[in-house]
Amino acid sequence: MTLREIQAYLGAEVLCGEGQLDREVHEAFACDLISEMLASAGSHMLLITSLTNAHVIHTAEVIDALGVIFVGGRRPAEDVIEIVKKNSSIPILTTKCQMFDCCGLLFARGVQADRKDSL
Amino acid sequence: MAVDTFQFTPKINLEFAIREKDFFVAGESASRVKKTLQQLGMQQEIIKRVAVIIYEAAMNVAIHASHGMLRVFISPEAITIETDDAGGGIPDVDLAMKEGYSTATHEIREMGFGAGMGLPNIRQCADELKIDSKVGVGTLLQATVYFTNR
Amino acid sequence: MKVGELASALGLEVLTGNVNLDRTIQSGYTSDLLSDVIANIEEDAVWITIQRHINILGVAKLKDIAAILIPNNLQLDQEVIDKARAESIAILRGRNTAFELSGLLYNALKEV
Repeated sequence: MTLREIQAYLGAEVLCGEGQLDREVHEAFACDLISEMLASAGSHMLLITSLTNAHVIHTAEVIDALGVIFVGGRRPAEDVIEIVKKNSSIPILTTKCQMFDCCGLLFARGVQADRKDSL
Repeated sequence: MAVDTFQFTPKINLEFAIREKDFFVAGESASRVKKTLQQLGMQQEIIKRVAVIIYEAAMNVAIHASHGMLRVFISPEAITIETDDAGGGIPDVDLAMKEGYSTATHEIREMGFGAGMGLPNIRQCADELKIDSKVGVGTLLQATVYFTNR
Repeated sequence: MKVGELASALGLEVLTGNVNLDRTIQSGYTSDLLSDVIANIEEDAVWITIQRHINILGVAKLKDIAAILIPNNLQLDQEVIDKARAESIAILRGRNTAFELSGLLYNALKEV
């Protein structure tokens, strides 16, 4: 599934990184704890989270996430979005779906769990 | 004549100041060092381990200390990440290493940190880890990642 | 679907013995932020979280949660398990990630 398909499927809004929506998502990782993202995420996955602070964006970069989707209609403060636009091309979406439903819907469409196999 | 490029590469050091509750600098320095290492053409897996160590170590300083420094030393053999802080210190390093042990506040937890994973994460990513801490004085942490396979 | 049926259907480990296995599950909620759970979880939900701090039990009690489901085979302190049992809160544990468990539970609830 591409990010563009996911956007349509979840009725999500793109906050930045419109140019990268053709990225293909095979795996996803759902989490609200930065340390757990740093410890357990593999790479090239879609990060699903309720956290919308600047740490999440930095963390997404550190773990080489393909994109980030904020759940429950949450969105970061405007200044956070501005910083991302300036420094990064990572696509960021927001959906009204809660994390549970977001995972359920993507899982039903064949998105797999992200698993760390090295590190 | 074959030239070993590393032989002529000077030792590269990066330095960041961390103030109390300056949580932003942790992620920012991790991202910046990551970009630098990518430019140097280092292996992805090494870069990720280094970035995780920087993130967690700098976050520990921002959460627990009054101020500190983050330094990254890059040599042809290894990268060493050092945090040197003034502040609380760790009363029981073994306990702090235990997964899930945390003294962080509710506010920190709601930011997505403080789940007691910081030091365990650092230990997992580092080839060598040294922690020297004195209660009421501060903590010196040194984590090294070697370029050769573990 | 009941908590006990969910455990057998998904091959989950039950950490708290017979506690609350007959409770009917209405929905699922995945979150690691306690304030979010307090604000948004519904009654009779299964709460999927990697949080294992003893405070999760207070939240479970407050919101009358059907069961807590811990992913990634993560370890819990015996203190937390004992307290959960005493408070009649079921704790289940799975080998899968939070993403996968959410997906599996989402499907299971849809089929009922």
